[in-house]
Amino acid sequence: MSQNTNKIMAWIDDRLPVTQTYEKHMSKYYAPKNFNFWYFFGVLSMLMLVNQILTGIWLTMQFTPSAEAAFASVEYIMRDVEWGWLIRYMHSTGATFFFVAVYLHMMRAVLYGSYQKPRELIWIFGMLIYLALMAEAFMGYVLPWGQMSYWGAQVIISLFSVMPYGDLLTEWIRGDFLISGATLNRFFALHVVAVPLVIVALVVMHLLALHEVGSNNPDGVDIKKHKDENGKPLDGIPFHPYYTVHDLVGIVVFLMVFCTVLFFFPEGNGFMLEYANFEPANGLKTPEHIAPVWYFGAFYAILRAVPDKLLGVIAMGAAIAVLFVLPWLDRSPVRSWRYKGLLSRIYIVIFGFNFVLLTWLGTQPATETLTLIAQIASVIYFGWFVFLPLAPMFEKTKPVPERVTGGH
Amino acid sequence: MSQDGVNKARRTLLVGATAGVGAVGAGFLAVPFVKSWMPSEKAKAAGAPAKIDVSKVEAGAMITAEWRGKPVYVVRRTQAMLEELGNLADRLKDPANGNKAQQPGYADNEFRSRKPEIMVVLGVCTHLGCAPKYFPEVKPEQFDPNWKGGWFCPCHGSRFDLSGRVFQGSPASDNLVIPPYMFEDDNVVVVGVDEETA
Repeated sequence: MSQNTNKIMAWIDDRLPVTQTYEKHMSKYYAPKNFNFWYFFGVLSMLMLVNQILTGIWLTMQFTPSAEAAFASVEYIMRDVEWGWLIRYMHSTGATFFFVAVYLHMMRAVLYGSYQKPRELIWIFGMLIYLALMAEAFMGYVLPWGQMSYWGAQVIISLFSVMPYGDLLTEWIRGDFLISGATLNRFFALHVVAVPLVIVALVVMHLLALHEVGSNNPDGVDIKKHKDENGKPLDGIPFHPYYTVHDLVGIVVFLMVFCTVLFFFPEGNGFMLEYANFEPANGLKTPEHIAPVWYFGAFYAILRAVPDKLLGVIAMGAAIAVLFVLPWLDRSPVRSWRYKGLLSRIYIVIFGFNFVLLTWLGTQPATETLTLIAQIASVIYFGWFVFLPLAPMFEKTKPVPERVTGGH
Repeated sequence: MSQDGVNKARRTLLVGATAGVGAVGAGFLAVPFVKSWMPSEKAKAAGAPAKIDVSKVEAGAMITAEWRGKPVYVVRRTQAMLEELGNLADRLKDPANGNKAQQPGYADNEFRSRKPEIMVVLGVCTHLGCAPKYFPEVKPEQFDPNWKGGWFCPCHGSRFDLSGRVFQGSPASDNLVIPPYMFEDDNVVVVGVDEETA
């Protein structure tokens, strides 16, 4: 049998490099042996991407993309379609868990300096995925055509009105003089076809770039410096079977949390599916309190913190844009926060919690006190990017070990 | 393939010319794709003027009408409200209608209206397009302890007075837009048309 299999594989390999690709990316891809908990979130993001694509395809089979019928068709999915409620909740809960995984994945890169040379392109592709993901999530939220869909779209599209030719630009995006069925239909096309294609292509680039230079690790040391006589890194283990099996454990735990939310808190207490969205869109009445879904909260809080329209939009754009140049702002000679100075270590932790605080603030009504807190938190957010290039001037780093510490 | 006798200059010219013509062609091809996103003829035709009967609007009250799918607010302001408006100048970003684009010429006056008591204004926040809420009473509000009546936007906390003028400290930078309108008779306001466009 194995001889026949070999023959078949040889026949295929002569025509398509299957074995070679499998070895390069799986069985002979050496990953550092000291990966910890933070290293689950890349594969978990991929898992959520697959979940979104699969459930999304099923939802398009029942959803009607028109201003007249969209809201009713979502109710139809929830009440009349067999298991429709489950597929829709898998999709809506999946969006939240996709962002949870992506944010933790990004925080991992921040902690261990995974964006530093030579991994700048991996980070850039990751940021582009994040950007595409935000566009994808925003347009997806418009589709059920509830009150929050409508007014969320109104607010986000109005952001573009601060640009030159803003009125023309917003009309072009909406396809109308106000948010209407024309907007809904094009968002449907972009949400189910265009942006997912872009995201999948970017994920491929992200992984190809990663496998070219190899994975970073919690110590931020280069495992390719110490190889055995066969040229294999001494601190590396093959991705398959070691990390594939290892990741299965993370996937199981993650899915347990995912299912708990999916079955018991599918609305996420108004943070995932907002109550105002159970009312059909009404262009004459803004809901009492309009807030973004939680994963946009941080940037929304920064937008609101600035008491000027143009400057607010610029601040929000800058909050995202500055992440793209992170690899060039961090001038530290070491990668991992483990070996950075005390101030750097403290600021990284503050930066992480500060982002959570901003996220929460973005979902709350704008009172005077909360606006003041949002202003302070915004300064802390931007302050980190000013601190990064300056830190090496006054801060001493600890010696980085030659080989990775810990691991199995 | 032999590279002998290749005229490199000519080859560069041909490659450049082909790429150039191709780019121009791609540019022309992009036009229909970009243009197809603009509002359709159907959307353009939907913007007919709206007639609003203001006879039933009580003093101090507001009604909401629809014009081009957008909310239009009509308030019958009381004498007390009009008097209060004169005292707010130092708290406003643009008290004297400095931005001419926000109102037609006939509303470019102290009360931003054709008749002082009837206020007609688009209910679209100049910040990011939400519909501001009407808070007519002079009393301390959660968003402003010194509130003199006006509109508060629930989205980002912009505040406007009863003439739709934006208060300092708001994320919005411009006053609310006064749409083109005219009085058909004493009780009927027509929004979307005025002497200039009729």
